[in-house]
Amino acid sequence: MLSAQSLAKIDYELAKYPADQFRSAIMGALRIALVERRETGNTPEERCLNADVIEFVANYVGIPPVAAYEVATFYNMYDMKPVGKYKLTVCTNLPCALQGGVNAAHYIGEKLGIGIGETTADGKFTLLEGECMGACGDAPVLLVNNHKMCSFMTREAIDKKLAELE
Amino acid sequence: MAVFVNGVIFEGVDTATPDCWRLEAYMARGGYQALKKILDNKIPQEDVIAEVKNSGLRGRGGAGFPTGLKWSFMPRSFPGDKYVVCNTDEGEPGTFKDRDIIIYNPHALIEGMIIAGYAMGCKAGYNYIHGEIFEAYELFEEALDEARKAGLLGQNILGTDFSFDLFAHHGYGAYICGEETALLESLEGKKGQPRFKPPFPASFGLYGKPTTINNTESFASVPFIIRDGGQKFLEAGKPNNGGTKLFSISGHVNRPGNYEIPLGTPFATLLEMAGGMKDGKKLKAVIPGGSSAPVLPGDVMMELTMDYDSISKAGSMLGSGAVIVMNEDVCMVKALERLAYFYHEESCGQCTPCREGTGWLYKVIHRIANGEGRDGDLELLESVGNNMAGRTICALADAAVFPVRSFTKHFRNEFEHLIKHKKALVDHKWC
Ligand SMILES: Cc1cc2nc3c(=O)[nH]c(=O)nc-3n(C[C@H](O)[C@H](O)[C@H](O)COP(=O)(O)O)c2cc1C
Ligand code: SF4
Ligand code: FES
Repeated sequence: MLSAQSLAKIDYELAKYPADQFRSAIMGALRIALVERRETGNTPEERCLNADVIEFVANYVGIPPVAAYEVATFYNMYDMKPVGKYKLTVCTNLPCALQGGVNAAHYIGEKLGIGIGETTADGKFTLLEGECMGACGDAPVLLVNNHKMCSFMTREAIDKKLAELE
Repeated sequence: MAVFVNGVIFEGVDTATPDCWRLEAYMARGGYQALKKILDNKIPQEDVIAEVKNSGLRGRGGAGFPTGLKWSFMPRSFPGDKYVVCNTDEGEPGTFKDRDIIIYNPHALIEGMIIAGYAMGCKAGYNYIHGEIFEAYELFEEALDEARKAGLLGQNILGTDFSFDLFAHHGYGAYICGEETALLESLEGKKGQPRFKPPFPASFGLYGKPTTINNTESFASVPFIIRDGGQKFLEAGKPNNGGTKLFSISGHVNRPGNYEIPLGTPFATLLEMAGGMKDGKKLKAVIPGGSSAPVLPGDVMMELTMDYDSISKAGSMLGSGAVIVMNEDVCMVKALERLAYFYHEESCGQCTPCREGTGWLYKVIHRIANGEGRDGDLELLESVGNNMAGRTICALADAAVFPVRSFTKHFRNEFEHLIKHKKALVDHKWC
């Protein structure tokens, strides 16, 4: 279900913890599985985690599927719902809001013709509001697909970024 | 944006140079000399801890607990594994200093953790990194690799009989994992729900073993303390508030960023360093220590110095050193609404007063902000808050109540006006 590269990455995570504490690797393992699905999925449904993938990862790590499912649903960066090719998460917490975060989120929504929490009809973009990303000095900030942080997202910077994401 | 002035962690770090974080650059700045000094001279563990105590270093993660004292709580003669864990789960709104430490000077943290491992007799450590700064996590893994290859981590460090290894673990979107016992649960691969205390981590921590958890900035201060002496660190700040501290300034200033300055520096000086108020507007309010710290009116802030004692005397907390600056155009009801939403969203849900209470606080503040407030809403906020604070497993509930109490105390007229006239006193627009 996962590529050999992804499994090798999970093995690397497993090696970080004492031999009898393999459960610790579940957070990294789910992240690795999600990245592979995002990179190989063709539809919003194929880009998120689902029960089958979670069960596979749990078995590979060696923990009960329900334990892995609990983790996948507790932490909000594990996409459990269909998601666009580019998930854009804009921080709108207070420090960012004072420096243009709320407006950045609205501007992206207007440009894409979607509201917060929605995905464009072509399945390309999902827009979300996020909480503090620990980068408030660089506001407005947004995350592309959980891992790529974009700083100082003025309107011009947003225009440029959206044009880049093809 | 990284703006540094001077201080023990960023001394000599040229953040404009892309390779400033590498081992070679760190060594050139005197890096790993503290570790060498300890290993070469076989300095006893208790002497290392005593030096940290002498420095007056207080935990930089929020609570300000003396670091040396915390280290001395670790059972010395415990026969099994012990752990040292770093908290880089920086998610307290307004705080963005630990990210810059691991991007620009990760080896200071690594060296500090190795020294901590030595002092407390731990064989392994973990650094728990906020999931949202995944690029910083990847960079930190590279820095760990460099240290391993150079014989600074792993078996027989620098040819001695001391062994210690260090690994990175990432979060994935849960503010509560910044709370130290939730962090341990998460590190064990579980939901990040705080544990009942006692037992404290020093006796029952990671995998049930004695564990010490410190903030990134706390560990990263340790190499300086060992190399140059605790006294020198202490003197860089003021009594009971040793050292320099990173302040993350955000909001309505010209140059938001991190400023590493001596504890005890006047707030007015810090504001000036940050380029002063944006567009020459008037200072209205400051949250001096991260979103969980009580807000203070601007004129009160202008009289204070930035250290634990001064801020706490004024009724707030230095917390994580996150300074959120608001100008005269901010509607305080709207500002509080965002914070209330955050705590509601981030409550882990295991205590009823917190789960229900954060929901109520948000609901009531939201309706006031939208001109639908009712008579008695301010009293309602107060009573909901009183039923939360101090009645839960962890301090998130208190953290949710402090802003509500302080905003409604210092800026009560704005709340009353909105409830009475269904219209805000300040015509607020998010810029
Ligand atoms: C809700 C909550 C969130 C917290 N978030 C953080 C955090 O992001 N980073 C941090 O270092 N400490 C955080 N803390 C404090 C930790 O529990 C702990 O006290 C700290 O990491 C200890 O390190 P120090 O003594 O070096 O400050 C948080 C506490 C609470 C209650
Ligand atoms: S106080 Fe809130 S966040 Fe803390 S343990 Fe209880 S429910 Fe969870
Ligand atoms: S408030 Fe947006 S990154 Fe901190």
